[in-house]
Amino acid sequence: MDGSDHIGTGLRRRKVLEAGSAALALNIVGSETADAQQPKPRTRPDADIAPFAVTLRINGQDHPLTLDPRTTLLDALREHVGLTGSKKGCDHGQCGACTILLNGRRINACLSLAVMHDGDEITTIEGLGQPGRLHALQAAFVHRDGYQCGYCTPGQICSATGMLAEAKAGAPSVVTADLTAPTELTDAEIRERMSGNICRCSAYPNILAAIRDVAGAAT
Amino acid sequence: MRAFTYERAASPAAAAASARDAASTAFIAGGTNLLDLMKLQVMTPSRVIDITRLPLKAVEDTKEGGLRIGALVPNSDLAAHPRVRKDYGVLSRALLSAATGQIRNKATTGGNLLQRTRCYYFYDAAKPCNKREPGSGCAAIGGFNRIHAILGASDHCIATHPSDMAVAMLALDGAVETIDPEGRTRSIPLDRFHRLPGNTPRVETNLRPGELITAVVLPPPPPGVQIYRKVRDRASYAFALVSVAAIVDAAGGRIRSARLAFGGLAHRPWRVPEAEAKLAGATIGDAAFTAAADAAFAGARGYGSNDFKIPLAHRTLRAVLTEATRA
Repeated sequence: MDGSDHIGTGLRRRKVLEAGSAALALNIVGSETADAQQPKPRTRPDADIAPFAVTLRINGQDHPLTLDPRTTLLDALREHVGLTGSKKGCDHGQCGACTILLNGRRINACLSLAVMHDGDEITTIEGLGQPGRLHALQAAFVHRDGYQCGYCTPGQICSATGMLAEAKAGAPSVVTADLTAPTELTDAEIRERMSGNICRCSAYPNILAAIRDVAGAAT
Repeated sequence: MRAFTYERAASPAAAAASARDAASTAFIAGGTNLLDLMKLQVMTPSRVIDITRLPLKAVEDTKEGGLRIGALVPNSDLAAHPRVRKDYGVLSRALLSAATGQIRNKATTGGNLLQRTRCYYFYDAAKPCNKREPGSGCAAIGGFNRIHAILGASDHCIATHPSDMAVAMLALDGAVETIDPEGRTRSIPLDRFHRLPGNTPRVETNLRPGELITAVVLPPPPPGVQIYRKVRDRASYAFALVSVAAIVDAAGGRIRSARLAFGGLAHRPWRVPEAEAKLAGATIGDAAFTAAADAAFAGARGYGSNDFKIPLAHRTLRAVLTEATRA
């Protein structure tokens, strides 16, 4: 039960069937009005567990939330804030579809509790770029056709953003021959550094090409 | 995930004191293994104490010339630290060989030491497992046990410790600093930190209830070549079938000293002084390497699907020693 239609600005409205209650909540994805229309929490806290108040700073905007402490950062983004760009694949840190940037560093949003991130700077795919003003990696993925189904793409792009920042800061990888030498992003380096993002369509050659384009442009 | 109360620790001492009484309390830092296990209800703490705001994030030189690594230093930061890359390359390489960029950004030094085995039966709540459910049995013995231990296992548990970082730290003679619920601090050498399964596989370390890891201290870097070699089923993002951390000091055709630690083979990172003794003073060559490997794996025993690990460990060690002593 997942219908979508377009509104005037090209933004997508998405109806989400609330589990358990069968109540419909309206989420506006990527809209600047998302704050004003805070969707209802999907899961109610257990009666004996106190909900926890937290303010998540996402893509430059503060979102005060009251959450069951069990809520992962990924579920908070998708189900409570309505930012569904970050995807849930395995929900165990194995696939990378949920990759976001936490204070500029890539992490798996599924392996973190939302209540732990009060005051942290969170950037999702929606915050990296939007139609009409794409991030360089988003444009490169389009240009190189770096996907088929697209489900892993937000995680791939957020991960690549973090990866390029790590390389720029001089971080080595396990395939770096000399740990003290400057970082050079060869294909082998990019593949190793992106191994936390799985693409079931196996679009890896084009993902690699897209990242190589942006890495080359940055140096 | 089972419901829990969430608290933030105000200080390391407060965190330890707060965890004193509760067998069902868990500290959370990176959470990359804990939340994974909580989602599967393999771990079901009723209280979770967030220690991520504690001031345990520094990497500092010690006055002895070593390194003190705060318990909350992320694996990625430690691997990229200039001093670690220059003086403790075996540690940098072990860290970089583990997990993924995303996980290394989150996983911490203390948490890495305390991560749980990846034994499939430990993860599967429908199967017997003495580590998860004491007394229920071990499904790995007589089951599919390709990733399991060949050294130090017991009739109760044949799980392996999954860390790469701890293997390098063991070779480097690291020590774990802690604070307990009474506020007392102590230092535990890494070779006495993790336990063998025996008949209590649930107890994996010698930490006392509530005791919190605050740092890992490395002595000054030892002389010699440092190598971390990890053999696994995929080139990236896979646990070790066999890993070797080696620090070998050789010159003029002879080995002065060697330190060897192994991962993927036992319930704890594994070190064999007898194998190191075979190399000390020995002439570089396959005779010495074979003698060291024979000593290192003398007590090895396979359980069926993991029989291959014995010759694999043997060959991997000899290859590492060959590389380490190449002129």
